[in-house]
Amino acid sequence: MKLIKYTLAGILFGIIMTKSEAVSWYRIQEMFRFQSFHMYGIIGTAVVLGVVAVFLIKKFKAKDITGSPITFHDKDKAYVKYILGGTIFGLGWALTGACPGPMFVNLGSGYAGMAVVILGALLGTFLYGMIKDKVPH
Amino acid sequence: MIEFIRQPWPWYFSGSMIVLIMLILLFFGKSFGFSSNLRTMCSIAGAGRKVKFFDFKWKDQIWNLMFLIGSVIGGFIATNYLSSPTPVKLSTSTIADLNQLGIKFDGGLNPTSLFSLQAMKDIKILALLLIGGLLVGFGSRYAGGCTSGHAISGLSNLQLPSLVAVIGFFIGGLIMTNLIMPHIF
Repeated sequence: MKLIKYTLAGILFGIIMTKSEAVSWYRIQEMFRFQSFHMYGIIGTAVVLGVVAVFLIKKFKAKDITGSPITFHDKDKAYVKYILGGTIFGLGWALTGACPGPMFVNLGSGYAGMAVVILGALLGTFLYGMIKDKVPH
Repeated sequence: MIEFIRQPWPWYFSGSMIVLIMLILLFFGKSFGFSSNLRTMCSIAGAGRKVKFFDFKWKDQIWNLMFLIGSVIGGFIATNYLSSPTPVKLSTSTIADLNQLGIKFDGGLNPTSLFSLQAMKDIKILALLLIGGLLVGFGSRYAGGCTSGHAISGLSNLQLPSLVAVIGFFIGGLIMTNLIMPHIF
């Protein structure tokens, strides 16, 4: 039962992503063609508010539901994997119009083709796990 | 209230609500990152017996799978009960560009010509979706995160690596949109 709160948060996430149209293949195309402010406005608002929120959480040493302090982990300082991995991700994001979250949200919305995209994403994840030590990081 | 939710959301409201999700998860003692679920799902399917990368304590990630299940339900609810009858206000230049690629704007969130059950009979579309998904899955694990982990959580915590990853997302997206898509559609 302790887990149900995550499902509720997920439901809220699915509704927000759908209503914001961030799960839209068309909107992602529009973003990569720089033809509307919509997606930039969403991401920009999220980042600006996120920076302020994280700053305040750190400053006031806010605690989570269990009473332990909220912590943040620094990403490791290796840049090759971020630029190469990011570029590969971007190729797929523009083609399918979906990053991992929206794939599942769109599946719930009834787009059957998203099941194929999810299958591909699982294969891609597995492939990375297999050749992880052979690619530059 | 329902009427308020039903109308198309302005970008500043959408962006604020996405931060709310990040904050809810932080308050639950977790961090917002969706693509980890793909690794977890591989592990559950037994990939850990063959590949070390998938041999990890995936049970610690069950909360994230619960979040994933919720996201599917959320998509269902939003589309069936909270959607607005007005078509997506897509820019006219995007509509024109996509027309040139042979993809009609049908007013919905995603083109039915690519994502409907009917479209899955077309082997080319099937292959494109599979390859696209593969790139997203491979790239997000290689980069150690996706849009939620890097663009939202990472940038909010002023992580330079996340900025590099987001720049990568755009390099890839621009290459696909401008250089590859005109040849494959």
